[in-house]
Amino acid sequence: MKATCWMGPNDMQVREVPDPSILNRRDCIVKVTSTAICGSDLHLYNGFLPLMEPGDILGHEFMGEVVEVGPGVGNLKVGDRVVVPFPIACGNCAPCEAGATSLCENSNPNAHIAEKLLGHTASGIFGYSHLTGGFAGGQAEYVRVPFADFGPMKVPEGLTDEQVLFLTDILPTGYMGAEMCGIRPGDTVAVWGCGPVGQFAIASAYLLGAEKVIAIDRFEYRLQMAREKAGAITINYEEVANVVDVLKDLTAGRGPDHCIDAVGAEGHTHGVQYVHDRAKQALRMQTDRPIALREAIHACRSGGTVSVIGVYTGLIDKFPMNAVMNRSLTIKTGQTHVHRYMKPLLERIQKGELDPTFIITHTMPLDRAPEGYRMFNAKQDRCEKIVLKT
Amino acid sequence: MDTALGADSNGRAVTAAATEPPVGSALREESRPDRGTAAAYQRIVDADRGTGGESLANFLGAFSIGLGLAEFLAPYAINKVIGVKHPDDRSLTTTRLMGLREIGHGLAILGNQQPAKAVWSRVAGDALDLALLGRTMANPDNDRGRTAFAVANVLAVTALDVMCARELSRQPRTATHAKLEEGIVVTRRGVTVNRPVEECWAAWRDLQRLPTFMRHLESVTELDARRSHWVAKAPAGRTVEWDAEIVEEREHELLAWRSVEGAQVRNAGRVTFHPAPGGRGTELRVQLEYEPPGGKLGSKVAMLWREEPGQQVKDDLRHFKQVMETGEVLFSDATKRRGPHPAQPDDKPAQL
Repeated sequence: MKATCWMGPNDMQVREVPDPSILNRRDCIVKVTSTAICGSDLHLYNGFLPLMEPGDILGHEFMGEVVEVGPGVGNLKVGDRVVVPFPIACGNCAPCEAGATSLCENSNPNAHIAEKLLGHTASGIFGYSHLTGGFAGGQAEYVRVPFADFGPMKVPEGLTDEQVLFLTDILPTGYMGAEMCGIRPGDTVAVWGCGPVGQFAIASAYLLGAEKVIAIDRFEYRLQMAREKAGAITINYEEVANVVDVLKDLTAGRGPDHCIDAVGAEGHTHGVQYVHDRAKQALRMQTDRPIALREAIHACRSGGTVSVIGVYTGLIDKFPMNAVMNRSLTIKTGQTHVHRYMKPLLERIQKGELDPTFIITHTMPLDRAPEGYRMFNAKQDRCEKIVLKT
Repeated sequence: MDTALGADSNGRAVTAAATEPPVGSALREESRPDRGTAAAYQRIVDADRGTGGESLANFLGAFSIGLGLAEFLAPYAINKVIGVKHPDDRSLTTTRLMGLREIGHGLAILGNQQPAKAVWSRVAGDALDLALLGRTMANPDNDRGRTAFAVANVLAVTALDVMCARELSRQPRTATHAKLEEGIVVTRRGVTVNRPVEECWAAWRDLQRLPTFMRHLESVTELDARRSHWVAKAPAGRTVEWDAEIVEEREHELLAWRSVEGAQVRNAGRVTFHPAPGGRGTELRVQLEYEPPGGKLGSKVAMLWREEPGQQVKDDLRHFKQVMETGEVLFSDATKRRGPHPAQPDDKPAQL
């Protein structure tokens, strides 16, 4: 089969690889119909995640048709059309039973490595380095799905791939980012980053009752999308002297009630701070540039919530703990517990409360994935979200 | 209860054991944790406790190896640093030998879970260093300022060495340390399984099933109610076999076994089962002891890789949890297969 392989930093290739097969009783094999490149794939593309090996297949946002079912899977049959959550989860351990599926204790075969780096392991993830299990990803013609009796959700008739594909990751991620804020009537929410997750966080914040949502980015086309499609008030941080001051102006000095970091490890800013962080990253003195996170903490009103859904890969520097502690901020974060959001969000899509297709700017065949990575990473051609078709 | 190798045993089952009632307690009786349970958990901490000074010892061990390598590989530069103006062959050779000695100290410290003696040997080495530096100082040809600086440094390190060695020599040492002195490696690990105690017990008590989650075991055959035959994988494709007998069994609570006379590798183990608090399933704790081939030296070599036995037990327990909770051990392509697999294609771009 053909698959999108990571051959080294900034080197993606579509290569011929062996077809996947059933390895565990609860596996199924999915013939991929649509898959997408995620912003977090760019952290891998740029070489920021440890434990990648040349040849690893990327892709954790994918859907398709079941073509083979393991003997332990009773609820799926060949021909079913399914969307697959990006965290691999067993459904039996304590976190899974509590709905925290991205904390599954049984799905990372490389748990011993994760324990060394993170203290404990989190769940396995498709196509997301050997730290999360070394599972082959879904930017391929076929993919093996473990715990297929628990993860994949059957897609009802009458919905296109594009309408449901983002239930695998970014829609639940944006939604969880807003949900973690505990939004109450009248609340103002600020969202750093207007990539696909940021757009969904903005839309979700409105769905959950926010009075106004302020979006922060530097790419005008993304800000335009946030304004016109998701309904945000937008700040281009390259055009203002100080984002925190603008946020205070917008809230008459209070600061946003909740701040969502949808940027993560590779933040940008203008001025000395960026140069300093970039240099420390290059010298391996820190791995991540927590620029959006620092700003979110400073901007957030006292007693407010900072919700972190952008991906961090390692260590950060100059974390303003004094602001967090002295101003009673709550930090909430996590890889998305996709399983628990798929059905409720599917219902919202079916009812027409939310149309996730607005973020798609490019659709291309799987063969052109390397070009897609280049374009998405460089933010060329107003690129927001690329869907790959097999 | 004395099921283990050697005299003492620790890592006892978490069971109620009365202790003295606390005097002037902060909490009313009904808010206080059950005394017996708290004491049992405290014993787990005690079993893991060192004597203090372990992390400083690790630093000194690494320091020894670093300094030793420098002395051995760059004796000329070292001589210059300590103030020898014109190093001759004899002083270079002496420096190299001192380097080897330092490396020896380092290996001894890092390779020993009870490194008190090894750190004391560093103190002796410091004395030797000081004597040699004194001789260097006595030679008027040398740069006395530099030598004095070197002496000051060695004195500072000597103070650290003495401090560390005294910490490490302090009593009481744990039973684990005492066993290591006898050449026995002890490993303790635990896991929480989201299933009732009765199920975990039944799965473990069926000894023939153990190889399904203990990857280093080839097979276990039950000979009768108490005795079983074990075959384990050893390095280089060989196997180790032994007969074991159950020496203590309390249903749903504790199982202890040890190898019988004539085993190639003497070993013993115990597993305890305890309901996890608040309906969290079962707390399962394992203690394994074995005598590596080669006696004391063998155990020291084994401790050089001291992560290893613990890592293996941890992996086994993780797999037990997976089997109990999900029905099997999960693999990814990358952890299951060697050579080209979906996550590691062979070296051929696709025909586009």
